[in-house]
Amino acid sequence: MADILKSEQSASSVEHIEAEKGADQPFLDATELILNMGPQHPSTHGVLRVILKLDGEKVLNTECVIGYLHRGVEKIAENRTYAMFNPYVDRMDYVAAVSNGLGYCEAVEKLLNMEAPPRAQWVRTILTELNRIASHQLWLGTHALDIGAITPLFYTFRDREEILKIFERYCGARLTTHAFRIGGCQYETYDGFEQDVKKFCDFVTPKVDEYETLLTTNRIWLERTKGVGVLKAQDCIDLGVTGPVLRASGVKWDLRKAQPYAAYKNFEFDIPTGQNGDTYDRYIVRIAEMRQALRIIRQAVDSIPEGPIMGKVPKVIKPPVGEIYHSIEAPKGELGYFIVSDGSTQPYRVRVRPPSFVNLQALSKMVDGALVADVVAVIGTLDIVLGEVDR
Amino acid sequence: MQEFLNYLNSNVTPGQAGAYVWVVIYILIIFAAVSLAVIAMNWLERKILAHMQVRLGPMRVGPHGLLQPIADAVKLLIKEDIIPEGSDKLVFWMAPLVVVMTAFTTYIVIPFGPTHAVTDMNIGILFMLGVASLGTLGIIMAGWASNSHYPLLGSLRSSAQMVSYEVAMGMAVVSAVLMTSLTGAGVYGIGSATGDGIGTLSMIEIVRAQMNQQVWFAFKFFPLGLAAFGIFAIAMVAETNRAPFDLPEAESELTAGFHTEYSGFRWSLFFLAEYAAMIAVSSIAVTLWLGGWLRPFPHWLSGDAWDTAFSFFPALTFFVLAGMTLRTTLRMPKHPYFKIQKTGLAVFGLALGAIGLVLLVPQVRDRVEDIYWFTVKVAAFMYLYIWYRGTFPRYRFDQLMKLGWKFMIPAGIGVLIATALVGVL
Repeated sequence: MADILKSEQSASSVEHIEAEKGADQPFLDATELILNMGPQHPSTHGVLRVILKLDGEKVLNTECVIGYLHRGVEKIAENRTYAMFNPYVDRMDYVAAVSNGLGYCEAVEKLLNMEAPPRAQWVRTILTELNRIASHQLWLGTHALDIGAITPLFYTFRDREEILKIFERYCGARLTTHAFRIGGCQYETYDGFEQDVKKFCDFVTPKVDEYETLLTTNRIWLERTKGVGVLKAQDCIDLGVTGPVLRASGVKWDLRKAQPYAAYKNFEFDIPTGQNGDTYDRYIVRIAEMRQALRIIRQAVDSIPEGPIMGKVPKVIKPPVGEIYHSIEAPKGELGYFIVSDGSTQPYRVRVRPPSFVNLQALSKMVDGALVADVVAVIGTLDIVLGEVDR
Repeated sequence: MQEFLNYLNSNVTPGQAGAYVWVVIYILIIFAAVSLAVIAMNWLERKILAHMQVRLGPMRVGPHGLLQPIADAVKLLIKEDIIPEGSDKLVFWMAPLVVVMTAFTTYIVIPFGPTHAVTDMNIGILFMLGVASLGTLGIIMAGWASNSHYPLLGSLRSSAQMVSYEVAMGMAVVSAVLMTSLTGAGVYGIGSATGDGIGTLSMIEIVRAQMNQQVWFAFKFFPLGLAAFGIFAIAMVAETNRAPFDLPEAESELTAGFHTEYSGFRWSLFFLAEYAAMIAVSSIAVTLWLGGWLRPFPHWLSGDAWDTAFSFFPALTFFVLAGMTLRTTLRMPKHPYFKIQKTGLAVFGLALGAIGLVLLVPQVRDRVEDIYWFTVKVAAFMYLYIWYRGTFPRYRFDQLMKLGWKFMIPAGIGVLIATALVGVL
């Protein structure tokens, strides 16, 4: 398949395999069909190119071509100070920007050997869990749209608006929030923050049930998602897949419980897992995660401690020489930051471990032997954001 | 001239009476009405789907988007007519024609009333199913003539799907036709009249049989009539390539469908044919199972008083619509920019009211009653089509075919055999 990349075919469907293999290929379907699900496609959630090798309608092999959204974020990091790099981080997984910020700020705080004050931890947790709900809502809408249910998209986006309004009131931005700073949060919670968040929780709890009534017991949804894109637990672990994909395959691993960060150890919540590791289980797991996130938010918002919102951080952040790997449970999986500091104001190396990048590698295993229509469903169920995959 | 007007006193369809001028008039009326219905469906689909999705739909083009279909039609007409380079020009040109002609030819036998059909063939239902099947040929022609990979695959898939579900439709239709002759009357023998043992394929006679047997076939031999109706209702959605069976024309899949290479007016012909086919198969369902032009409960609520009461329904419907329109006019924003839209909507509301007033006249009431009930039932089916599109995900193609062959057809055969047994015993 590498020769396809070399020759760089246009988006036409038929590769000229006939010319290579000899001139006696009379019928189109006698050879395998190489189909390009090109960078521009309604269902690839960004600029992802998937080259499919088909036998009729069955998928024999896939190859993902990424890099269409590569912006050199990690290289940029080497030329920015630690605080200056903070806004860049939001733009990787632009759907769950708050989580990205949380991971980076906590990583640098670890390098500085300090912890954010408790009030900041609580606010961080609340905003991150709100972002988890927003990210899962976007995922649900687009995934259902790929499979053909056109209505849930509008419901989830309408409800997501409320979360974005809260973000806007808090830090001024809806999507790329830059909500946290190294050492804490810059902004105090605004007047009415707790009421808004509580009102939102009451608002969205019946909405999650509404999404479920449309899909969970719908026979067509079940047929399209049960048994599709199965990924066994051992394969998940071997490939390094994390997040809801891993939990749907039966492995009960969540960094919020295994290596607690922010304020998670103060709250009670469950880790939903699935059994079969198919698309339906991933759907159930993410819906359950939305509910658990609501649970965390309710507990957090009732118990925000008083105190400073920003820790004691030097004006010029110069971490000691060393390296740190810190990971958090982003909505899409384990988001890790490996920062190497050489003692100066600019990091020597920032390496981001994007969950979508690692999860995407499971694609070929998941669509082995499936039909073309399933490829679309599986890409959707992996919940990838190309900003994260390509950085 | 006198002969021409004499027809109005007869009680057969123009085709049977030999009044050929009236035949032509009826054909023109049907053509105009179906085109109007398609335009209305376009607006209704966009608005209803939008409201199901918590949004408003077209609001700008006319008041509440009422002129949107006209704008779309004009846009399609003035678009560049692109013909792919390597395509078979004759077939490319003919494909939309075949689809449209077969879709509209089926309207010859649809009975909007006891004499309101162009003609009443004694093989009416067979004619409809046969001509509807010819439409599949047009789809294959469209995919072939496009000289491109995706449309060819899409058209083959589309036609495979349509052919499979036609078998299921046929089974359901045969079981309804069987009911016209079977002697079990009403719901398991409740009611006075019985079938006379002579079956019929003629559409008008099928509705007359329902009238004589005092039961809509959907409720006869409960639950068999309902099962046959259900099978037909699902198969007809698959037949017309609508959600949830619309994989061949889905945008998020790879094969973009047989009408990819068609632009402008040619595409609008496919669109017109699809909606006309939807209305046609809904008409079959209404005629066979829901009593065609009969008003609800003609025998339970019988008598002149009830007849008159029910005959006010058409006028009532238009008054309700006019009322809704005028209320919306009053609620429109009070801003000078909206003056034209407000006036337009008010005129539309008043026009609806005027039609309602015309429908109050007794002579008009009698003639319009049958057409009204038929249209209301078909409109209910159209709403169901839109509702399905808004609610269901899409079936994968192999699941679609499996449903058709492994569930619909055995179920149809089972219902047919059961109906035959129950009717004869």
